[in-house]
Amino acid sequence: MSERQGPRRQHYLNATWGLKSWLLTKDHKRIAILYLLGITVFFFIGGLFAVLIRLELATPAGDMVQPDTYNRLFTMHGVMMIFFFLIPSIPAVLGNFLIPLMIGAKDLAFPKLNLASWYIYMLGGSFALWAMFNGGVDTGWTFYTPFSTTFSNSYVIATALGIFILGFSSILTGLNFVVTIHRMRAPGLTWFRLPLFVWAQYATSLIQILGTPVLAVTILLVAAERLLHIGIFDPALGGDPVLFQHLFWFYSHPAVYIMVLPSMGVISELITAFARKRIFGYQFVAFASIAIAVLGFLVWGHHMFVSSQSVYAGVVFSFLSMFVAVPSAVKVFNWTATLYQGSISWDTPMLYALGFIGLFTIGGLTGVMLSTLGIDIHVHDTYFVVAHFHYIMVGGAIMGYLGGLHFWWPKITGRLYPVFWSKLSALMIFVGFNLTFFPQFLLGYMGMPRRYHAYPEEFQVLNVMSSAGATILGVGYLIPMIYFVWSMRYGERASSNPWGAVGLEWETTSPPPSHNFLEPPTVDHEAYDYVRRAQEQRVA
Amino acid sequence: MSVHVTPIRVYLLIFGALMVGTLLTVWAAFLQLGAFNDIVAMAIAVTKATLVVLYFMHVRHSTRLTKITVVAGFLWLAILVGLLLSDYFTRGFLAG
Repeated sequence: MSERQGPRRQHYLNATWGLKSWLLTKDHKRIAILYLLGITVFFFIGGLFAVLIRLELATPAGDMVQPDTYNRLFTMHGVMMIFFFLIPSIPAVLGNFLIPLMIGAKDLAFPKLNLASWYIYMLGGSFALWAMFNGGVDTGWTFYTPFSTTFSNSYVIATALGIFILGFSSILTGLNFVVTIHRMRAPGLTWFRLPLFVWAQYATSLIQILGTPVLAVTILLVAAERLLHIGIFDPALGGDPVLFQHLFWFYSHPAVYIMVLPSMGVISELITAFARKRIFGYQFVAFASIAIAVLGFLVWGHHMFVSSQSVYAGVVFSFLSMFVAVPSAVKVFNWTATLYQGSISWDTPMLYALGFIGLFTIGGLTGVMLSTLGIDIHVHDTYFVVAHFHYIMVGGAIMGYLGGLHFWWPKITGRLYPVFWSKLSALMIFVGFNLTFFPQFLLGYMGMPRRYHAYPEEFQVLNVMSSAGATILGVGYLIPMIYFVWSMRYGERASSNPWGAVGLEWETTSPPPSHNFLEPPTVDHEAYDYVRRAQEQRVA
Repeated sequence: MSVHVTPIRVYLLIFGALMVGTLLTVWAAFLQLGAFNDIVAMAIAVTKATLVVLYFMHVRHSTRLTKITVVAGFLWLAILVGLLLSDYFTRGFLAG
């Protein structure tokens, strides 16, 4: 696995030194590291709010924090995790690092714009942090009107402005990826030879470009109503609060796919690498990403079944929501078919990939349940919904993110991490996650509403299970943080291709040189051609 | 790839057309057309926006990929407005 290094080799990490060389870098790999640091901070802040929520819910009485404080806790948890961690997580870190490497390019199409995206992200984050330290916001991450525009006595504008600014970072990253994938592929790297991670990032970028401006407009309208009392959403001023929900979910439902589509791209890479097989039905998996991106824009009304939205519109949105399950299922079936008769190894990234398939399937199927009008009306605003979206966002998006981080960590840092601890933490995360969120399905089905800091005593057993699971999950997340940092100094040196995977990123050194490849690569074969790799190894 | 250079005369013509459109909008606003007032105003506005996109934003002489991108943007707007109106237009159906 390791290779002895001779004279000190120059790579992107040691090419230049000093803080300035990092803060003014135009190297996509260094910018990915900057994003990694930023989103990790926000992940742990969001996690801290989750810890406080689960502590409060360990007992039925609201005995730890005031109701108003609890409102702020779950709001800041949602805001930090969704906008400042999940949405940028895989695209801004792994996408930034890998897309040029995977397509054989020296960098992204617009390196300065890439660095600007990071600064915009940090600026948006600063606004949200400022609001948080001054008392936070209590509207829920959804900022529903007229509460957010008229009644809330918290830092709505500052937080919303942070999200508004952050949106531009997301748009610019998406734009950069689309142009890069169109214009900078290596000779011979046709669209149907691209790694499926790149297809997934492409689909995600389309959502970022087409959806995010609508969120920006919506936030501006909220600010206009809150500051200038222009009647848009508040019925008292002649507005319609449901209009806000339409505009908000037009972005925020596709935003779920901004979170999970890149994760699906990671899973395609992991499953093929650790099953030593080409993917089953490449084109179907590739177009499923595009289909999810497009169909994802047609389903937002399923968040509004219990509002004054027309029942007829509800029926249409219900049908379309079930339809989006089809391309998601195509992916799950194709990954499973890829495993069939594969030469499977149980390395840490594969544990995350297999965990993803199971958890995403549960999250997806409960999503189909929720898209059914009758069931949704029964469990609306209960813990069933909370459990469902955590199975998608944590069980799906974060499992993929961590799986990808473990897979490409040797490429990013040139170091290996400890196998035992990494497998242990993957197991803890899987167990802890299920213990946290599966009881919430039961709680929700029994009628426990979300967003309350107190609950009847008969719900305590399941809530204690959930809080205990969250403790295991929290430790499971801390362990990788520790051994990743440890590995950067003490980890065994990684070879250029420690997993024996195929893909251009594995053909350059670990860590890669500043311009990625010593010789410009060319491609003359399809992605995931493990048969050809095996033949070459036999000949060698 | 060759770059199309638009003569300054074309820009001036488009600018003139936009000014005429603005005057037409003002003039039409004073006519008593009932519900058609909005339709006429929107039709002029859409025509002006189309001219801006085609000429000032250089889409007319851009690649097909750029044209598809522009069309996709408007298609997405149509999805937003279309599905949103599907709610507002059918809210009263049950009551009726």
